[in-house]
Amino acid sequence: MALLSVQGISVSIGALNPLEGITFDIDKGEILGLVGESGSGKSLTAMCVMGLLPRIGGSITKGSIVFDGRDLIGLPEIELRRLRGKRIALISQNPMTSLDPIIRIGAQIDQVSNLHLGLSAEAAKARSLELIAQLRIPEPAAIHRAYPHQLSGGMKQRIVIAMALAADPDLIVADEPTTALDVTIQAQIIQIMVELVRDRGLALMLITHDMGVVAQACDRVVVLYAGRVAEMNGIGEIFAEPKHPYTRELIRCIPRFGQAPGSLKGIPGTVPSIVDYPDGCRFNPRCSNAQALCRDQAPALEPKSSGLAACHFSEV
Amino acid sequence: MDASVPRDDSLVTITDLTREFSSGDGFMKPRRTMRAVNDVSLDVPRGKVTGVVGESGCGKSTLARLVLRLLEATEGKVIFDGKDLATQSQSEMRKLRRQMQMVFQDPYSAIDPRYTIRRALLEPFKVQGEAKTAAEGKATVDELISMVGLSPRMMDSFPHQLSGGQKQRVGIARALALRPSFLVLDEPTASLDVSIQAQIIDLLESLKEELGLTYLFISHDLSLVRYFCDRVVVMYLGRVMEILPGAETQPRHHYAHALLDSNFEPDPTRRKIVTMLGGEIPSPFAKIPGCAFVARCPAASDICKRERPPLTRLGDGHMIACHNPMD
Ligand SMILES: Nc1ncnc2c1ncn2[C@@H]1O[C@H](COP(=O)(O)OP(=O)(O)O)[C@@H](O)[C@H]1O
Ligand SMILES: Nc1ncnc2c1ncn2[C@@H]1O[C@H](COP(=O)(O)OP(=O)(O)O)[C@@H](O)[C@H]1O
Ligand code: SF4
Ligand code: SF4
Ligand SMILES: [Mg+2]
Ligand SMILES: [Mg+2]
Repeated sequence: MALLSVQGISVSIGALNPLEGITFDIDKGEILGLVGESGSGKSLTAMCVMGLLPRIGGSITKGSIVFDGRDLIGLPEIELRRLRGKRIALISQNPMTSLDPIIRIGAQIDQVSNLHLGLSAEAAKARSLELIAQLRIPEPAAIHRAYPHQLSGGMKQRIVIAMALAADPDLIVADEPTTALDVTIQAQIIQIMVELVRDRGLALMLITHDMGVVAQACDRVVVLYAGRVAEMNGIGEIFAEPKHPYTRELIRCIPRFGQAPGSLKGIPGTVPSIVDYPDGCRFNPRCSNAQALCRDQAPALEPKSSGLAACHFSEV
Repeated sequence: MDASVPRDDSLVTITDLTREFSSGDGFMKPRRTMRAVNDVSLDVPRGKVTGVVGESGCGKSTLARLVLRLLEATEGKVIFDGKDLATQSQSEMRKLRRQMQMVFQDPYSAIDPRYTIRRALLEPFKVQGEAKTAAEGKATVDELISMVGLSPRMMDSFPHQLSGGQKQRVGIARALALRPSFLVLDEPTASLDVSIQAQIIDLLESLKEELGLTYLFISHDLSLVRYFCDRVVVMYLGRVMEILPGAETQPRHHYAHALLDSNFEPDPTRRKIVTMLGGEIPSPFAKIPGCAFVARCPAASDICKRERPPLTRLGDGHMIACHNPMD
């Protein structure tokens, strides 16, 4: 049984319906990539899993989210809070959403294992120092005493990863954890995070818009387009034989080493905005395979020869 | 700068260019100066795309503004088409400006949000003091709009009605209005989705062919720069680390190598093990007598701390500033 199983969830925020029929699962020890262009619904999907939708006035109108055998939808806030941090941890793009600027770094990490694992002050500190070192931060003791503003963006994000690991969670949800950082720092943090997650056998839901990061880190991939799942497939299949035209086109948009000049074309049209999603398949105005049926009817997410895809005309 | 580099085919020649910025008033706060661009020399060959790549804060935008003399240099020279920009009078400079234009990451940072597309595209002519009849204006705008692949229906739209990609097309059309020969593109696709970024790069490629343009293309994305550019200039902390004559050339500078190493290919069969660099990017205010990369370089030796490695020639068009280049 999957550690996390998300089945057909739809979300409303006021009059908007930003997510529709989102379906995917994550196994223990697996790294699942969630990709899509801006506005496709990646962050909202993360908020659903974390049970944080009510904070922005949103609600899940359909579907289920089952974590380790328990349906999270309808779970009282107090139980959700117990799960968050302890069993499911969030790493967001901006480390300062997780860090308190006026509390020393060490105290903030210590608090996590103190609260969720019941460690004594001394044991919690020892654990924090070990985690800081595992994130390859030099001079863990000095960092333990420092305040957030004394660290660079990359260091702060490493601290947030240490905090996420401190409670020994089963699942980490990382929403564009390195997008704001410089490329050399980004690559190092992805590498360290993947190593630590794999060593501990944790599941990771890695949200990114970067197909290079997906190719480097993930076992399986969910591709979102305009609030729906376009495709879910294994990492090899996604890149070698994608089942959805959008996946195929998206991959072609990234320049590869040695690619001939003039061969990068992009996808025609614009990324649709939530206030005017097209009828039928939402990719139809930009899809080179689109037929009349695509404009009338939304394709269902169905099993293909590998994975799942939502396309009327992709091969079986 | 190595004098043996052929410079005759270059549209722009940059020599020992430096720009300092100061902070603090020297009274309550100590006055500190930093060199955002530090002794940079490079050529921009005619009809080619020269890429400048480096992480944020390394001086790319400052270099862009210096090259167009939108910012005065503290030291050094920019020669555009044989003319030293620093010695041009205001009226000569205004004429030269027609030939050199800039495209920004946020195309509307320089345009009034209350202007329609039509008005935004006619603005450059106004600035140049060039009157147009209504019919001429319409013809010009029609032509510019179709050149960048926008629909004529958009002419009376306001920027907030356009998507990011459409706005950038307007930014490009505006830069092309006065028929320049040289464009400086400062991260023109950095805030766009990849499916739109690829469209814009495609557009820039065809415009360059059609109009015979020369580009200085600035980006932090090495895979994009390697695809789009004929030569690649790698910057770090205001300095040029390496100039690669083509995308196929393997970098031999340790920083350029690290940058390449950090670039994940969209191919799961080509995963890499990233070399962990120690240290952090130093503060721009740090006075570094030697190589700017010394604190993070796995090959650093004593001389690297003491002496700044000069930019020297390795091969045809291949330049490097390193005491101990990689094999
Ligand atoms: N708090 C909110 N209120 C209303 N709409 C929202 C809110 N957050 C996100 N949305 C909308 O939901 C869609 C998906 O957003 P998001 O999940 O943030 O996308 P992504 O993370 O993929 O860029 C977008 O159209 C966005 O405008
Ligand atoms: N007008 C300015 N005043 C003071 N410092 C500046 C100014 N413009 C840029 N800088 C500094 O110069 C350095 C280089 O900046 P910039 O050229 O914008 O880099 P990049 O475009 O590569 O990100 C940075 O440290 C930046 O803070
Ligand atoms: S359903 Fe039709 S429009 Fe949508 S992706 Fe498939 S072929 Fe294209
Ligand atoms: S000069 Fe020295 S420190 Fe700088 S890159 Fe070369 S070997 Fe490294
Ligand atoms: Mg997001
Ligand atoms: Mg810049």
